[in-house]
Amino acid sequence: MNIHEYQAKAILREFGVPVPDGHVCYNSAGAREWAKRLGEGPWVVKAQIHAGGRGKGGGVKLARTADEVRLISREMLGMTLRTHQTGPEGKLVTRVLVENGCNIGSELYVSLVVDRGTSKVTVMASTEGGMDIEEVAAKTPEKIFTETIDPLVGLTPFQCRKIAFSLGLGGKLVNKAVTVLRGLYKTFISCDCSMLEINPLVITAEENLICLDAKFGFDDNAVFRHPKLSDMRDYDEEDANEIEASQHDLSYISLTGNIGCLVNGAGLAMATMDIVKHYGGDPANFLDVGGGATIERVTEAFKIILSDKNVKGILVNIFGGIMKCDIIATGVVEAAKQVSLNVPLVVRLEGTNVARGKEILSESGLDIVAADGMADAAQKIVQAVKGAN
Amino acid sequence: MSILINKNTKVITQGITGATGLFHAQGARDYGTLMAGGVTPGKGGTVIDGFPVFDTVHEAVAKTGATASVIYVPPPFAADSIMEAVDSGIELVCCITEGIPVLDMVKVKQYMKGKKTRLVGPNCPGVITPGECKIGIMPGYIHKPGRVGVVSRSGTLTYEAVWQLTCLGLGQSTCVGIGGDPVNGTNHLDVLRLFEADPDTDAVIMIGEIGGTSEEEGARFVKEHMTKPVAAYIAGVTAPPGKRMGHAGAIISGGKGTAAEKVAVLRECGISVADSPAEMAQALLRIYKP
Repeated sequence: MNIHEYQAKAILREFGVPVPDGHVCYNSAGAREWAKRLGEGPWVVKAQIHAGGRGKGGGVKLARTADEVRLISREMLGMTLRTHQTGPEGKLVTRVLVENGCNIGSELYVSLVVDRGTSKVTVMASTEGGMDIEEVAAKTPEKIFTETIDPLVGLTPFQCRKIAFSLGLGGKLVNKAVTVLRGLYKTFISCDCSMLEINPLVITAEENLICLDAKFGFDDNAVFRHPKLSDMRDYDEEDANEIEASQHDLSYISLTGNIGCLVNGAGLAMATMDIVKHYGGDPANFLDVGGGATIERVTEAFKIILSDKNVKGILVNIFGGIMKCDIIATGVVEAAKQVSLNVPLVVRLEGTNVARGKEILSESGLDIVAADGMADAAQKIVQAVKGAN
Repeated sequence: MSILINKNTKVITQGITGATGLFHAQGARDYGTLMAGGVTPGKGGTVIDGFPVFDTVHEAVAKTGATASVIYVPPPFAADSIMEAVDSGIELVCCITEGIPVLDMVKVKQYMKGKKTRLVGPNCPGVITPGECKIGIMPGYIHKPGRVGVVSRSGTLTYEAVWQLTCLGLGQSTCVGIGGDPVNGTNHLDVLRLFEADPDTDAVIMIGEIGGTSEEEGARFVKEHMTKPVAAYIAGVTAPPGKRMGHAGAIISGGKGTAAEKVAVLRECGISVADSPAEMAQALLRIYKP
């Protein structure tokens, strides 16, 4: 799950991490009013979409007067912002963040992640604020400093000081950095983050530290214990099919190809996409129906796959363990009837109750191509889709 | 012989009175596994379908002599269940539960330091030594006793590999599902080390997927220390970066953990990598003559 910048900053503020004063606005008149309430300017108007690279796309602008805030907001609200992360279709801006500008002295980078190698949370910091950290890691890895955090002790002040000194901070900034870093760690743990990135963390002309941008990644497995966070979810920023799928406990990711895939198990689902590609096809989605799928869930899965207009054929690949093949077969037949299926359908069933499953499919009278094994299934669907074009 | 479990392994089920726990405890018993009972706090002293139920893992271990535990406890409570099992001193814990918060597992890993228990999972199908002992949710009948070891991050993809082996007449020594989470108990390297030391395993299939570096670490062990042939398959060649492909651990982040990168390292380490998931057993046969 992702959240907007203004929501991220509100969370940080709650944990005592310094961020600029600001407010989210949905119209230009409101933006002007909030600017006046916030201070004397200058202000920064920032388009709120779930994608990076907004500055280059015209989604971050400086305003000297409250009227300018209004004019800039009017331009931004309703515009389609295109950045390297939105893709060519861009994203509609429906809200802007108006916040006080600050005197930037220099820019740092700080992030926290769960490091798989150590199975611990790690702080990463760099003097190269404002840059893409992957680029820094590739070109100047010596400019990145890391500290691994003992989960039972937490991020200690001495570790924070180590980072501060590595970043070349001195004087009062060292203790300010300790406060910021410990606040970030507290935020990370309290919100079950998988990633928290501050880029840039600014040293102001007045020798203060302030988080100018913030990006959160939350652990989907832990959302259940953070009802406040799930309220922040902006459904407009997500793929409609992916939302629909998550409501039915289906794991679905939409892709750009034309062969819909319905599979049980995440690994097998990925492998199915790969084998479709291997035989010259292009998968339209990743879809894992899970281990305990019911007839209803299979039907929903079919509907979601078919609502993607690019889909020219469907491949069902099931290795039934707990999932029984006769259940899947019944679901497939039900769904095909309900959605009046008009694209080729190839089904490969293996595992528990496979014989009964195959019977159900052949007795259905539907035009279903049965396949033996993954290779056969992939070849048949690729062939069928090519033939249809 | 085999690794981790055999016909003498006594198993208890944590969460045995839940529908899932009971269903799979029955399945494992039908397979011939020595299922000694289960744990559900507050239901100690009762019996469910012939399984004695205990309040704590300590008590269950003391009264049954179990050396392995399998966990079907729901995600919010599963990390605590793992720690309870570790505290009892039991040798092996298989955690099947999917969806445990990552930071819970970070604590569990730290808690386990210096303790003797091995954790397999979470979010995994379990471990099976065909014909002897099945701990977990895999369909027993697709397996066949034999001399090929299987280790994998994915459930159904493991079944696929096992089925390919069985169809070619190649049995398995032990199959280990290590699970699809970013923080887990046992990785590819740990299992490869056990297979190398096991006199009854002649060859290994290692199945991986995008995300992390568990496969690469395994591969380096294969190159430097392993005498037995290893074949592999990596899922997720077509997976886009930044998207979680079902498993919490299957995500390409910061350009790291791509399938192409993993395949290159594996090949460099002398592993026979299958180009397609339909050819996992054949990839092994290219370098292994049973």
